Amino acid sequence: MSADTVKRDNAPKIRAAQIRLLERLCNASAVSGDEGEVRSIVLDEIRSHADQVEVDSIGNVLATKLGKSRHRKKRLRVMLAAHMDEIGFMLIHREDSSIFRFDTVGGIDVRQLVGKPVLVGQDHIPGVIGTKPIHLTTSNERKNTISLDALRIDIGLDSNPKVKVGDRATFATRFTRIGPSLRAKALDDRLGVATLIQLVKHAPENIDLLAAFTVQEEVGLRGAQVAAYTFDPDVGIALDSTPAIDLPDWEQEAGQEENSFYNTKLDGGPAIYLADSATLADPRLIRHFADTAEAAGIPFQFRQPGGGGTDAGAIHRSRAGIPSISVSVPARYLHTAAGIARLSDWRHTLTLLHTALTKMTPSLLSEPR
Amino acid sequence: MKSLIQELVETTGPSGYESRVRDVIRTKIETLADEVYVDALGNLIAAKGEVESGGKKIMLAAHMDEIGIIATHIDELGFIRFTTIGGVRRQTCVGGRVRFLNGTRGVISYEDLGDVNKLPTFNQMYIDVGSTSRAECPVRVGDVAAFDRPFSSFGDRLVSKAMDDRIGTAVLIETLRLLNKTPNQVFFVFSVQEEVGLRGATTAAYGLDPDIGIAVDVTRSGDTPKGVKMEVSLGAGPAVKVRDSGMLSDPRVVSWMVDTAEKEKLPYQMEVLEAGTTDARAIQLTRAGVPAGCISIPCRYIHAPSEMVDYNDVQNAVQLLLALLKQEVNLE
Repeated sequence: MSADTVKRDNAPKIRAAQIRLLERLCNASAVSGDEGEVRSIVLDEIRSHADQVEVDSIGNVLATKLGKSRHRKKRLRVMLAAHMDEIGFMLIHREDSSIFRFDTVGGIDVRQLVGKPVLVGQDHIPGVIGTKPIHLTTSNERKNTISLDALRIDIGLDSNPKVKVGDRATFATRFTRIGPSLRAKALDDRLGVATLIQLVKHAPENIDLLAAFTVQEEVGLRGAQVAAYTFDPDVGIALDSTPAIDLPDWEQEAGQEENSFYNTKLDGGPAIYLADSATLADPRLIRHFADTAEAAGIPFQFRQPGGGGTDAGAIHRSRAGIPSISVSVPARYLHTAAGIARLSDWRHTLTLLHTALTKMTPSLLSEPR
Repeated sequence: MKSLIQELVETTGPSGYESRVRDVIRTKIETLADEVYVDALGNLIAAKGEVESGGKKIMLAAHMDEIGIIATHIDELGFIRFTTIGGVRRQTCVGGRVRFLNGTRGVISYEDLGDVNKLPTFNQMYIDVGSTSRAECPVRVGDVAAFDRPFSSFGDRLVSKAMDDRIGTAVLIETLRLLNKTPNQVFFVFSVQEEVGLRGATTAAYGLDPDIGIAVDVTRSGDTPKGVKMEVSLGAGPAVKVRDSGMLSDPRVVSWMVDTAEKEKLPYQMEVLEAGTTDARAIQLTRAGVPAGCISIPCRYIHAPSEMVDYNDVQNAVQLLLALLKQEVNLE
């Protein structure tokens, strides 16, 4: 076997097994602060592949895969972060035996909640965010949005002892593959989690790979903050999912000839970050990722500079500072009951990350910035 | 010092892209300090002196970055859409000019709003660099630009698009140049990414772990027609910050500054700023906490392309800093 073949064989691939793993990850319930179900999948997948695995005090999974060089200084310590948590709901008050008031966890547009099926708690008790049927509403009522105060989760059971105030709930959407697309809840950020699992399994030998499967990203990058402190890496990379706002209808509605505010586009490949509200990506890392993609013929796009934030926002401000960047898989309809991503974008994201990591040496940080 | 100020303010360096400013400052200070280095996020740090008996480890911070814009989209006709870096105001953009790091200059204008009294949103604005197509446009998504205005000197009043905070970096450079003997170990930190959230000072302070922190930055003034109600005015001396919206200065640091100014017969004024904050906040909150304060240069029209300071305040800020640093510091 030639050296080339060996190298290619180590490159991670997304095949049926990896898609099935993404399916399990997306279907798991892991609202911020209650990430146990995803954490146990992650631990099962990576335990035999990493040199060291621990669950830290806040619930992050921290896995280390050391590089092969005997000289510590020749191995760049690269932290990769993907968040295990998803947006969702928390039950805050039982109004009668089966009806709960609830609050949102993470960024959710309340307008899209009405009538959605949900799963409550780690036992996935089915419920629904109920609403009055059309027979009984007036045309005036139908013009108004329904505020969170007026919404309830109904589990349809009398005093189910397993459901209690403080339980989380998620959208009930089950993962589906539709031709070239993946439709699921929680693509943000199970796509990143699934990508990071593959990178741990196929860790490049030139770096120390420090994988952080983080908690509580959706409520303020909290897990990544402590994970970065623990790892104290040379470089930080957040793997996330970012909205694609690339629908043709929306462009026409905006009365514009050209959609100028799409954030990213499906089929555009991995989205390399330049600037968001939380991070100005390190120019050396932007160049490294873009140059790697161009040299290897991997399609990529720059995420439009703008708002939002990823775990990189917490990582780069840790301790005495850590040069950081984010790379995301684009997906439509994030933070709603069902997002849509392209399998090809996910594949290209994994390839770009693996290729870029394989080319990372400490000299990267001596380059001009 | 005016030519130093001019060179600093006419260098382009929006947050995250401070390398040119860093290069300019580095050439000025390389031979003046015991050690000069750049940290992980790009802060330029110059160390001077050792901690002697009665001395302290003092961190001074002035930020190299300025507000600016970053390109988000180039349309088919070569017009550039953009978003802001730091606190850019809509009313100061229209008709303004920007300069990208690659030298390309552009004019900011906006879509027809159908009402001349309306202020466009940033999404309604665009930059025209004279291109007629996307292919021809020399600017790419992610390219950054700063406002494009030359330095002006109206007598003692100095005007520039980047007084905030190149004037602070000028004060630090001049202080380092004139500081002969000190019982303190002084770290002159030229910080990055202040305008987007004090990010450089946050990590620099963690790395240095100082005993005392002082930021040198601009502050608003209350001396313009129907302006904000504020005591500070241009030409009345450097301002000793008591509080701003992000920090309560350590009262011992305030007393140290006031007592020193009185003793040295230097003009000074007290500052209470109701909007905004400085690197001093980041220093104060690092690790287990650091006594911190701020010496401010009064400045009119902050974050407009014509920020105005008084040269005398700048020089007196240098004198105040020198007087603070040359002595043993006892904050009890």
